[in-house]
Amino acid sequence: MKKFRGIAILIITCLVVAGGLSACAKEGSEKADNNTNKGTEQNDTADLKGNLTLAGSTSMEKLANVASEAFMNKYPNVLVQAEFIGSSAGVEAVLAKTVDIGNASRNLKETEKAEGAVENIVAIDGIAVIVDKNNTVTDITKDQLTDIYKGTIKNWSEVGGSDQPIVVVGRESGSGTRGAFEEMLEVEDQCAYSNEINSTGGVMAKVASTPGAIGYVSLDILDDTVIAVNLDGVEPTEANIKAGSYFLSRPFVMATVGEISEQSDLVQAFFEFIYSEEGQNLVKEVGLITVE
Amino acid sequence: MSDRKFSIIGSYKTKNSVERAAGFIFTACAFFAVLAVFSITLYMIISGTPAIFEVGLRDILFGTVWKPNAADPSYGILYVILTSIVGTFLAILIGVPIGVMTAVFLAETAPKRLAAIVKPAVELLAGIPSVIYGLLGILILNPFMYKIEMAVYADSPNHQYTGGSNLISAVLVLAIMILPTVINISEAALKAVPKHYKFASLAMGASHIQTIFKVIIPAAKSGIVTAVVLGVGRAIGEAMAISLVAGNGANFPLPFNSVRFLTTAVVSEMSYAADTHKRVLFTIGLVLFAFIMIINLVLNRVMKGGKKNADK
Repeated sequence: MKKFRGIAILIITCLVVAGGLSACAKEGSEKADNNTNKGTEQNDTADLKGNLTLAGSTSMEKLANVASEAFMNKYPNVLVQAEFIGSSAGVEAVLAKTVDIGNASRNLKETEKAEGAVENIVAIDGIAVIVDKNNTVTDITKDQLTDIYKGTIKNWSEVGGSDQPIVVVGRESGSGTRGAFEEMLEVEDQCAYSNEINSTGGVMAKVASTPGAIGYVSLDILDDTVIAVNLDGVEPTEANIKAGSYFLSRPFVMATVGEISEQSDLVQAFFEFIYSEEGQNLVKEVGLITVE
Repeated sequence: MSDRKFSIIGSYKTKNSVERAAGFIFTACAFFAVLAVFSITLYMIISGTPAIFEVGLRDILFGTVWKPNAADPSYGILYVILTSIVGTFLAILIGVPIGVMTAVFLAETAPKRLAAIVKPAVELLAGIPSVIYGLLGILILNPFMYKIEMAVYADSPNHQYTGGSNLISAVLVLAIMILPTVINISEAALKAVPKHYKFASLAMGASHIQTIFKVIIPAAKSGIVTAVVLGVGRAIGEAMAISLVAGNGANFPLPFNSVRFLTTAVVSEMSYAADTHKRVLFTIGLVLFAFIMIINLVLNRVMKGGKKNADK
């Protein structure tokens, strides 16, 4: 009996494996069919080939990588190469025409624009400053925020709140949110953190559970366990950020020399892709605010 | 019927082949562990040393500023190393007396009924995942510590408040976490002390407590030291729980400072680190690895010494 059972199991396994393999093969051929169909339908998809180079802001690394990967999936003959050397170096590189697109996580300077760089904003990065629910302070100024994070203001009574020490919470070194926050506030390497937490959720939890805590998180994950304070009297909403009145936000610029319409087909296709619904969904996916 | 065919009660030939196959499997499994240890050691050394040449051993080990992403980066981990040493030492200082006393209780003085409650509780404590310790630390220990912190530093406005995420919280969590290790191994050591030592001591007129402290604990010394060393190993290697309660600031290990241990330094920054920063994190891993190796060597010495004493 046992032997028979063994043989039966063996046969069944063989069948299943063979079936699986043939199914895979089928799928593969179907895919190939799809590809050829696509090729005939949209000639430009297959035609578009060559190298597209990006260089610039390290803060835009996530967005640039996600976008270029998706772009390369769509246009298999295109190779997108992205380097992350800093905003100013990126704009310099595009002005020197060593790359096609220069990434900058700030508005272009007048001098850069004068040299022919065009500011194409592809996304906006926003950061909310959060405090625990029992905090009476709902509005702080840029200077106050700077002083709190530098450690010169240590008590909420100094900014109009109750007599309660401030617990300064932040992200770990290397985090993109921390980099962006310190850059926008111009407090790089001067912050006196008492808690360095390695996740956005962790910062929210710590601030929510600690009376007198202050922290910062990406705008898109806010919930009602904490209060997002107004900065310089401006509420942290998408509308305010798009209008440019909320100061803890910055544009993600993909600079080109000359307007997009003057660029090569490849560069034009890349911008078309980023501004398409698919591209803007990617922007949302990496936690950024889209531009309309 | 056919079942009997595969039994080892068979001819000499089948018996022999079964023996050989089993021997081969055992050898292969044994070498799997050896292979793992060697490849991990090799990997740690290969990935941990480049940063030493890049930054300089002295700058890493004796630097006090940890700013890996500054314009002028510095990668000093002296405070991190000190925190690991001080934190572990304090955890041992708290955990070992409690652990050894519990072991004495279980091995000597406990009424059977009470032992039946304490023993499973200790075993359960060993099985709780470390993240649970961390969560309880956040929910119970940190708010409590924050209240103490506010009371202690009420008159010193220059103190940086940590919201209870400090060295004390981490030490308390570690002390609880090493308890099961210390208790179980000490208890085994105490129970292994030959009964006639105890009876001889009692017969000489010593009280039970005198016997415990003057005879049984000294006789079980090497086992208790083993327990302590294993506790040190557990404490220095723990990452998850203390990353949640220690605050993770790379500060000097003072009781109310937010501190960072060797383990949490690696865990908290690995995800986004790049280039030199990442390589230095591997070097921190290597330092931790060296610590663990030293502890193991000490442990081997202690166990060997224990055997010698027992032989005498």
